[in-house]
Amino acid sequence: MAELTSGKGPLFMDPDADAARAFFRQKKGALTDKVMSVQEAVSRFVRDGDYLASGGFGTNRIATAALHEILRQGKRDLGFAGHTTTHDFQILASGNRNGHQLLARVDAAYIVGLEARGLSPQARRVMQSGEVDVCEWTNYALACRLRAAASGIPFMPVRNMLGTETFTYSAAKEIVCPFTGRKLLAVPALYPDVSLIHVHESDCYGNSRIKGITVADLDLARASRRLILTTERIVSHDEIRHTPYATDIPAFCVDAVCEAPYGSYPGNMPGEYFSDEAHLRKWLEAEQDEQNLDDFLRMYIYDVPNFEGYLQRCGGLERIGSLRAQEVFSRRG
Amino acid sequence: MAEYGAMELMICVASRLLEDGATVGVGTGAPCATAMLAQKTHAPDLFIVFEAGGLAPRLPSMPISVGDSRTFYRALMATSMCDALEACQRGMVDYTFLGGAQIDAYGNLNSTVIGDYAKPRVRFPGSGGANDFASFCWRTLVMTQHDRRRFVEQVDFLTTPGYLTGPGAREAAGLPEGCGPYKVITDLAVMGFDAASKRMQVESLHPGVNFAQVQDQTGFELLKAPEVTETEPPATDELRILREEVDPYRYIIGR
Repeated sequence: MAELTSGKGPLFMDPDADAARAFFRQKKGALTDKVMSVQEAVSRFVRDGDYLASGGFGTNRIATAALHEILRQGKRDLGFAGHTTTHDFQILASGNRNGHQLLARVDAAYIVGLEARGLSPQARRVMQSGEVDVCEWTNYALACRLRAAASGIPFMPVRNMLGTETFTYSAAKEIVCPFTGRKLLAVPALYPDVSLIHVHESDCYGNSRIKGITVADLDLARASRRLILTTERIVSHDEIRHTPYATDIPAFCVDAVCEAPYGSYPGNMPGEYFSDEAHLRKWLEAEQDEQNLDDFLRMYIYDVPNFEGYLQRCGGLERIGSLRAQEVFSRRG
Repeated sequence: MAEYGAMELMICVASRLLEDGATVGVGTGAPCATAMLAQKTHAPDLFIVFEAGGLAPRLPSMPISVGDSRTFYRALMATSMCDALEACQRGMVDYTFLGGAQIDAYGNLNSTVIGDYAKPRVRFPGSGGANDFASFCWRTLVMTQHDRRRFVEQVDFLTTPGYLTGPGAREAAGLPEGCGPYKVITDLAVMGFDAASKRMQVESLHPGVNFAQVQDQTGFELLKAPEVTETEPPATDELRILREEVDPYRYIIGR
């Protein structure tokens, strides 16, 4: 067999399972009420220099309310896991403007694009400037890094990326399978400092449910040192106890529960509301010009006190109502 | 004969490659429209795998994102990214359908950067699920516009594996055996890959296009299949379904 090689990309986070175990040992199973505002959760649990990950899939079931709050609070020097991050990445990339650096390190599987909608000019400016350290991955590789962390092991073997520059610029390593002698790739466990996940329902302790595809969020919730949940609704603890098979994330992984109705807007929330394509288009257009973007961000994020203020400026319940109709009556939409 | 645009032709031709009952991992944009057209015409039981976790939906309209709620509308399962991509890794997915910024003679794709990696001229999204799908699915199908900017001698960055450097290279790198690029569908022609050299070869030319024109728009030497045919143009029914049911807002066919 040819010599084994290693990716030359930076490894931003320690994959050591014992260090993670020592941390997780302090997270307790006792049920404590974790309901708080998004402002309080971001202020308490997101620290400058942290490595952050966000759940959902770009414009689908994203924790918009918490992402905006990170911008408003002027957090800086963050690392970020970009596994099909689209609008969420676009929001955070807005924090790298006018001398402020919100994003400093990015594990990139899918960044700067919004799928069929095109590329984000602001995210491209940030990622083409050279000011952000980047390590390349794929969606499956990042999902497996979270799965390794959630499993409490330091790496996962995978069979993708081999032979490509996606591997060359990653921090993965070629290994030999101890059973078959075949070449494999080892991807290191990723334990984010803090993660944001938007769910459909949670009780006040953080026992929560996702209705629809879970993407990588079941592993992300378990891999994260601290976890902020935003939720469409808070449900009773009894409801969780009655249907434990419906629980996706158990309370002992969770640090904050923030009630955020329509909290994935302008993203899609399965069964609740479709994405606001007109608003997403407006955002992309505003990014064409940096002065326009400043005005746009002031109007929608910096000059409103919270996510409710943003929703009001986007048309409030009337707008949400039409997106709900698109989602629920999708055959007519 | 019906009038049609270049993108409409590409989507109709590509959709015919997906047989009923096949499993296919679908990328964002035109591949979504293609899979949906196949499902609404000759392949109602096409088993579509979306990397975000949607398995075998009956697409009500074209997804804008490969993770939006349409990707698991009346699906068999709404699951996780690992579950969807591990179905590919264990060999259960026949095809994947991808786009890309650049492609070379071996079907290697670039969707990461143009220019120097450290300070790129253009940063593109990166692999997303493309490298995963093309590493794991048995046959890779690619749809792209045909010009010298895209069809290059050497990709600026090898994001997603085609046949890498030629015969046996994928297996030597450790990728699963027996997979690789199958067809490339452009606005000029349909190409396959020569079995011996694993280099791209023209298999059918679209109506009104000759080989020299295709070669002229390609930055590497194209091979010719032993028999080069003329591409069957879109049928009236295919066009009607594509325009009325698949992409009524012309997100893709309006490009």
